[in-house]
Formats: sequence, C-alpha cells, structure tokens
Amino acid sequence: MRLLLVGTSHRLSPLEVRERVALDHDGEAALARRIGEGGEAVCLSTCNRTELYLAAADTDAAGERATAALADLGGIPRGELEPYLYRLEQDAAATHLFRVAAGLDSLVPGEGEIQGQVRSAYERGAVGPLLDRLFRHALHTGKRVRTETAIGESPASVASAAAALAAQVFGDLAGRRILVIGAGKIGDLAARNLVGRGAQLLFVANRTVDRATSLAERFGATALPLDTVEQELAGTDIVVSSTSARGQILSADQVRRALPKRKGRPLLLVDLAVPRDLDPAIKELPGCFLYDIDDLQSVVEETLSGRRGEAIRAEAIVAAEGDRFSEWLGSRDIVPAISSLRERAEAIRRGELAKASPRLAGLSEPERNAVESLTNQIVNKLLHQPIMRLKEAGVGEEGERRAPQSRLEG
Amino acid sequence: MAELLVWPALLAYGEAAFAYAGNARNPGLYGRLATWGVRLGWLAQTALLVVQATRADGFPWSTWAGSLNLFVWLVVSAYLIWGCSPRFRLLGLGVMPLAAALLAISYAAGGTEGAGGAAWGDVVLVLHIGLILVSFAGFTVAGGLAALELWQERVLKSHPAGLLRQRMPSLVALDRLTVGTVGVSLAALTAGIIPGLARLPDRGLDVLVAGTLVLWALGASVLYLRVRAGRRELAAALALGGVAAVIVLQLGLLFAHVA
Repeated sequence: MRLLLVGTSHRLSPLEVRERVALDHDGEAALARRIGEGGEAVCLSTCNRTELYLAAADTDAAGERATAALADLGGIPRGELEPYLYRLEQDAAATHLFRVAAGLDSLVPGEGEIQGQVRSAYERGAVGPLLDRLFRHALHTGKRVRTETAIGESPASVASAAAALAAQVFGDLAGRRILVIGAGKIGDLAARNLVGRGAQLLFVANRTVDRATSLAERFGATALPLDTVEQELAGTDIVVSSTSARGQILSADQVRRALPKRKGRPLLLVDLAVPRDLDPAIKELPGCFLYDIDDLQSVVEETLSGRRGEAIRAEAIVAAEGDRFSEWLGSRDIVPAISSLRERAEAIRRGELAKASPRLAGLSEPERNAVESLTNQIVNKLLHQPIMRLKEAGVGEEGERRAPQSRLEG
Repeated sequence: MAELLVWPALLAYGEAAFAYAGNARNPGLYGRLATWGVRLGWLAQTALLVVQATRADGFPWSTWAGSLNLFVWLVVSAYLIWGCSPRFRLLGLGVMPLAAALLAISYAAGGTEGAGGAAWGDVVLVLHIGLILVSFAGFTVAGGLAALELWQERVLKSHPAGLLRQRMPSLVALDRLTVGTVGVSLAALTAGIIPGLARLPDRGLDVLVAGTLVLWALGASVLYLRVRAGRRELAAALALGGVAAVIVLQLGLLFAHVA
C-alpha cells in the first residue's frame, strides 16, 4: 500500500474554486467512504483546502478516482480543475500533512483551528493501518509544534489580540465579567473571542437599547442604555467599546469614581472605535489598562512577524517528524521481504531435518529437542545479518527501499 | 561527605543561574537546563542538610553561616513550587544567582559543616530560628514576585508591541501569589517571634529584634493595603521592600556574628 494525496489549497486555487470543492463534516465522511472503496481514505476540507488522503496499492488508479471525485463535487470539468490540484505520494504527502497540522500551510502561520479540523477529518475518515498512523503522527507533530514553539500563542487579529491581552492581565478568563459598549460587528467579534476563553458577557450598552438587546440575548447578557455604563464599572473586569459615536462615551472621571469599589482589581478597557470612545486619560489611572485600535494593531503586526520567526523552528520539527514517519514507512515496506526470507529458511530447516530423520531415529526426546534448538539457532544466526541489511535498506533512500530484495541479492 | 554535596549544589545552582540568563534571551533549551539545575541543586542541598542534621551534635543552622545555608534551601524550595513553570522562569533569574552566591558565602563561612550550635533539645530556639528563616525565605520570594508584578504592570501600561511575546504570569496571578506568600511568611514570622519573646528579657531590644519587628509591620501593611484598602501597586512596592528588610536583617546577623 502506498500513500497518496490529491488536493487543492489557497496556495494554488482561488476562492471560487475552493468554495466549490468544500465539504461539511458529513460530506467529508461520505466522500472518504466513496473514494476509499473499502480501503483507506480521509477527506480534509477547510476554508483554505480540500485534500484527499488515500492508501492504495495502485496510486495511479486511486489518483484518477480522487481527481474525478473532486471534479464531480465542484461541477468543474476535469481539465479545468487539474491545474489547481496537487498530487503527492509517500513521504512528500506525509510531510505535507504534518505541515498542515502544525499550521505551517495556513494563511496565518500557526493558526490553531487546523489541529481540530485534522482530528475531525481523521475521526470521520475510513482509516486503516497506514492512514491511522499517518494522522496520529500528524496530530502529534501539530501538538509538538505548539508546545515547543510560540507559533500558536500570538493573536492574528485585533479581536483575538484583545482576548490575549485580557489573559495577560487576568490569566484564566473564566468568570471574568465583560461589558460591551456598542452593538456592532466589531464588539460582537471581540466579545466572542473573550467568551471563547471562558469570560462572561454581562452587559451590552448601546445608544439604542433594542439593538443592544439582540446581541445581549445571544450571550445571555443584559442590555443597557449608554448613560448607565458608569454604574456597572465596579463589577466589570473588561470593557470593550466600539461605537460609531463622534464624542467620548466614557471619561476618566467616570472611571475614577468607580475605582474605590473595585478594591484594586485591574480593569482592562479596549477601545476599538474610531474616533475613540474612551478618554485616553484613563490609562493614567491606577489599575486601569487602556488599549486603543492602534495599540492592538501594532501588537498583531509584531506577533505575526514573531510567528514567521517561530515558523522556522516549527519547520525543523516537522522535518524531524517527517523523517521518523519515513523510517516507519520504510520498515513497513520490508516486512513482507523479511517474512518471506524467514519462511524460506524455516522450510529449508524443516526439509533437512526430515531428510535426516531416519538417522536421528535412535535419539531420545531431550536429544531431539536439542537438535531442534540447535538448528533454530543456526538459522537465526545466519539470518541476522541479512535482516539487518534489509532494515537498513528500508530506511535508506526511496529508490533503495523499493527493492530491498534485489539489494540483498546483489 | 558534606563537602561532596556542597559542590554539586553550588554547581547546579550556578548552572541554573547562567541558564536562566540564557533563557531570557533565547527561550527553550536554556529554560529546561535551568529547571534541571534547580532540581538537582535542590536535591544535593537537601541531602547536605540531612547529612548535617544527622552528623551534628546540635541544631546545625543556629550559627549565622548555618542559617544562611538553611535560608537558601528554603528560598529555593519556595521557588520550586512554581519556578519550574515556563512563565515563572524570569523569577529564577533573580532567585538562582542569589541562591548560588549565598550558598557559596555560607560554605566559605563554615555554614555547610556539621558543627552544632544550639542543642536539639532547645525546642524553643530551634522553632524560633526555623520559623524566622521560613519567613525570611517567604518574604524574599514574595519580593521577587512583587518585582515581577510591578514590572508586568509597567509593561501593560506602556503598550509595547511585543507585549504578548513575553511569557510572563498574568498580573492577577502575580498579585495573588505575592499576597499569599506574604500572608504565609507573616504567619511564620509571627509564630517565630513568639518563642523569641521568651528570650527577650535576657537579650533586650537590639537592632535585630527591632528589624524583625519592622519586617513584621511591613508584612502586615502589605496585607492591609492589598486586602482592606485595595492598593495593589503600593502593596507590591512594600512587598518588594520586604526583600530589602531581609537583606538588612541578614547583614545585621552577620555583624552580630562577627562581633
């Protein structure tokens, strides 16, 4: 069985093509079963890629099946689709998946969602010994990259930067209370990021309370009019503001008045509005940490450049894991050759023992056992070196691996 | 035997100190080397203390140099509780050079030998010294944590673009740990002062006793400011001052020893 990958990604195809061959979870599972034809197949489909991993004896036929399946799926003539497809085999396919799982093939290097998407595809796929090992190894590689490098730690958007900042101030965000000022998309996105880390959205304040209500209801929060914000500051840990108001929504004096009731607890204020909603003087108040859109943007730019630096270290990990998988693939190739060699030697041993049996008839049971054991040991010692050579050949170059028997014979 | 254990402890602490410095510039392997240095050094020093305790005919850490040895062990023990986590490695940069230097001083002054000072039977004195040293170690670590907290506060206020690349404990975690450590240290100091009071009529109120009381007042102020008054930054600054008080007290002990 050989490993084959056929797919397309943001590196090769435009969105118009990717969206036509994209699949949901059920679609992934159904396609994997269909192209696997009772064998092994996994379909990985995300917004940036659709990839089919197959284990097949005949990779040409399997490649044809995979290409045809993708063309059918997208309703795209095969000739038009093929320029957007890549096809990788064996080690190259494995290393590609390792890079994908590590987030190195993503638009934003190190993005964390891909690990879950690879796991989900693996769980829904038709996996056998080869793809099971491949995907488990890929998930291990992704985890190693995230543990040993800082590639996944830095935020890639202003909203996620706000959430990361909150974690820098509060640590675990579980139970931290959020007040969102403004019911627009940006506030919604920032709130989602914070809630995703365990914080609790308590209040949504807006000039129009009706608009605040729809956002508040989605998070189980309370809608407030803007003029009541000051009263809620004492019990809030994080304030996110993103209105389109022309003037300030919250002054430094309003925040100062709330401080005594906070008993020294830090207050993080994130101003995502332009023009700014929050008085810049707030940042001078003790225990208050005010960040505006420029602060967050510079954090994102810096961390993205940091991610690119960490990607170099991550590539080294992926390469090492690729080598390990390649060794395993190699050892897998030579198992049949070793088995056949052992069977042949055993047949010769038994044949010779059978020929000699008339001369051994007078031996007692313990003496027969001793002869049996002796011949076994001779065969094992004779086979030891050829088997070691086979194993060495198996983990060598690709060309050598394909013909271990011929190398022995040569 | 003690000689054989001092050098591994010193070497491991020294290695940890250098590795922490390396880790500050290039995190990763240096951090792991530092962690192993702390662990191995602590094990060697623990073995050293056990050997001292079994060989000495009295409480071996009642002398100034001996108490310094025990103090270093207590500081490293307290640091070990969180110090091996990557986010607290910056604290190691302060703690481990200090530990290596103080252990070297203790060794040079004979604090790692098995000579006994006070008799084990003098439970009051043993308790007094033990608890005071526990509190000194606690105040030292609390001071380190407070320094990290104030630094983290400054970083968060100044909005550097690379803010999120610094792997530091969160401000709230540092605040909680500082206050908790000061609380434990203050309890140990209070418990240590009580047996000492029994000796006060003989000894009289000297500079060391006054210094110890100042340290107690400092610890109590930190707790009051943080828990009752909500003055987090001021409390952290005072906790940092606790380290200065411990240093002054240790120097006072040295002068008393020399005198």
